[in-house]
Amino acid sequence: MTATVERQARHAGFLRTWVFSTDHKTIGRQYLLLGLLWALAGGLLAGAMRWQLAWPDTRVPGWGQVGPEAFNMMVTMHGTIMVFFVAMPILLGAFGNFLIPLMIGARDMVFPRLNMMSVWTFALASLVLLASFFVPGGAASAGWTAYPPLSARAEYTGVDWGMNLWILALALEFASFLMGGVNYLTTAMVLRAPGMSLLRMPMTVWQQLIAAALFLLSVGPLIAGAVMLLLDRTLGTGFFAPDLGGDPLLWQHLFWFFGHPEVYVVFLPPLGFVLDVLPVFARKPLFGHRWIIGATAVAGGLSFVVWAHHMFMSGMDPRLAMPFSVTTILISVPFAFIVFAMIATLWRGSIRFDTPMLWALGFLTMFIVGGLTGIFNGSAPADIYINNTYFVVAHFHYTLFSAVVFGGLAGFTYWFPKMSGRLLSEPLGKAHFWLTLVFFNVTFFPMHHLGLAGMVRRIADPLQYEYLVPHQWLNVVATVGALGLLASQLVLVANVARSLLAGRRAPANPWQANTLEWLAASPPPHLNWGPSLPVVHRGPYEYSVPGLAEDWLPQAAPAGRTV
Amino acid sequence: MLRSMVDWMGWLPENVSTFGGDIDGLLRLIFVLTVAWFLITFGTLGAFLVLYRRRPGRRAAYVRGERLREASWVLVPVAVVLVLDLWVDFRGAPVWARVKIDRPAEALSIQVTGRQFSWEVVYPGPDGRFGTADDRQFLDEIHVPAGAPVRLVLRSKDVIHSFFVPNLRLKQDAVPGRDIEAWFEATRPGRYELPCAMLCGFGHSGMKGWLVVHPPEEYAAWVREQWS
Repeated sequence: MTATVERQARHAGFLRTWVFSTDHKTIGRQYLLLGLLWALAGGLLAGAMRWQLAWPDTRVPGWGQVGPEAFNMMVTMHGTIMVFFVAMPILLGAFGNFLIPLMIGARDMVFPRLNMMSVWTFALASLVLLASFFVPGGAASAGWTAYPPLSARAEYTGVDWGMNLWILALALEFASFLMGGVNYLTTAMVLRAPGMSLLRMPMTVWQQLIAAALFLLSVGPLIAGAVMLLLDRTLGTGFFAPDLGGDPLLWQHLFWFFGHPEVYVVFLPPLGFVLDVLPVFARKPLFGHRWIIGATAVAGGLSFVVWAHHMFMSGMDPRLAMPFSVTTILISVPFAFIVFAMIATLWRGSIRFDTPMLWALGFLTMFIVGGLTGIFNGSAPADIYINNTYFVVAHFHYTLFSAVVFGGLAGFTYWFPKMSGRLLSEPLGKAHFWLTLVFFNVTFFPMHHLGLAGMVRRIADPLQYEYLVPHQWLNVVATVGALGLLASQLVLVANVARSLLAGRRAPANPWQANTLEWLAASPPPHLNWGPSLPVVHRGPYEYSVPGLAEDWLPQAAPAGRTV
Repeated sequence: MLRSMVDWMGWLPENVSTFGGDIDGLLRLIFVLTVAWFLITFGTLGAFLVLYRRRPGRRAAYVRGERLREASWVLVPVAVVLVLDLWVDFRGAPVWARVKIDRPAEALSIQVTGRQFSWEVVYPGPDGRFGTADDRQFLDEIHVPAGAPVRLVLRSKDVIHSFFVPNLRLKQDAVPGRDIEAWFEATRPGRYELPCAMLCGFGHSGMKGWLVVHPPEEYAAWVREQWS
């Protein structure tokens, strides 16, 4: 296979090199580009929503009046885009594709053509989702969770083809990530370089694989549900229609059986980035490396038996609530282990505060807040009050935004030199981090208070409720934060543009890191390595080994230089 | 302002139900526990970042944390987390049972049916039975006496709605095709807002009703007026 690919690569024209490429690095960059474009759309939708919430029924600059229909569409599409079209393509699609072969010492994915099909299926899903904005009735507006009967009949929302295309786009997206997931798992099983035992794989690879496995195991029920929903909508079947003998709660079970593991599918890859960044910048082995792998597996397993915590108020048998509440709160045990192990990694380290490390620490601190507020939601009796309020919105942005943005940017700034061959500016990077951290908290911290004051989710105008009027100033604060958060991203754009146009060339290993990807040139050539594959001699986190001159010891180095 | 941002529990609206105090107590317990963990983890993390920042001539310690003896530095606090988790569960279970499972046998029954975008409220009338001629229907207004248990039968005519009275600490979805029961006993007369807590279409924002809690004698007068 390698010889064929090599021959093709030598003669490849522009299209084969940059568009229809089977190179895992190009495919990773394609996922990154698509994900970033969607992030812009999802972010602008959030900005318009926040404007409407702070100053209801005033004109949103660049949009116009946001009516209640448009608001519901924005709520729905913001969630859909951010989870399925930003977090997954960037964290799994881009980083998974780019890094897995490089980190395990392979030349490419095991199925390069399947990999290309995966990214192009995702591009098709993107097109379908984009088209859904422009059909009569507009895009889906039944929430990103698409609860029937609201989502099952056009008359309830006024959205007809927008909802059908939403289902189709998601189905294509799932197909794309199923292809990706099979590829990741098989590649890691069969293409590891000599000496790369499973326990020598870096955490990024481990977390990508666990995420892929969770996705493969959980997505089936949702695909079944999506088919039923589409049939209910187009052929008038009644899977979810009570007047035809169906049950609306069936969808909620199928959706959340997928939905909770899905949260970890999105969360684990950036957790892996941060677990890889911390040792490099603390110059210390990752504390309890194998224990963390075990803890993640436990959390992944638990994620299959917590789904009904999204349904405490749904009308399911109330005797089911406490068992699900117990499993949910138990999830804090493996994650507490991981958080404490991260903190312990810093203990007696020699910590450098470069931009990737700042993002990693931002992830850690914000995730602690989000993890703690999860206890409120996880407790079924407390959830009687908290459920469907802004407290929940605050909680999942502290966990997921911290993962996708803080964790994602830890990975982005850490591997950017490898991906592009250029260095980013440290001052711009630091400015971007601090602005994002501050505005993130200005946006989402007050949502805890709004939720406790009883503000429910997905309302377009808080001033319609007398009990919320005295708290409206907090909505203004959150909106100012959100606009600041959006504006701060211009610093990132400037930094990346400056770097690509005029940045300093990156050396192969700018951070003095141990893992294999830093052995390849920046950016790595087609097929990554020279004539022979790297040979691995040790685990990925051998920093500050006693008796050696350097404080790092690459995985592929035969032996360290002694003092 | 800073104080009010720190004291989260001060943001809860006034509680006017018999079980609301239990829920507030549980929220307060979780709040105290999570604030304690927040201070411990942020304090430790902050201290490490300052103490172990890079300084010339100092090398990081080679600690892998793989052996049980090392890992126990982390396992012990994890065990504490587990104990506190179970505490929250054990404190929570009776509260859940009180609100959602053990409903009082004798109560004033009211049918509350959600539809896009209002609540239809039906009283059984003097004969105490629904579906008879003396039923009375109201829109977006529920009248109840203070100090007496009320049984709600929640229904929906179209999509899922969610019955939420922040002051009662009561929330329950209303699902088409099901009769879902809920109950409460209000302790304080007053008018309390009732927002729909589940996205239910373009009129979701603004779909709200009022719970009017009367003193018992005023409620009796209201009943006489309606069924005279």
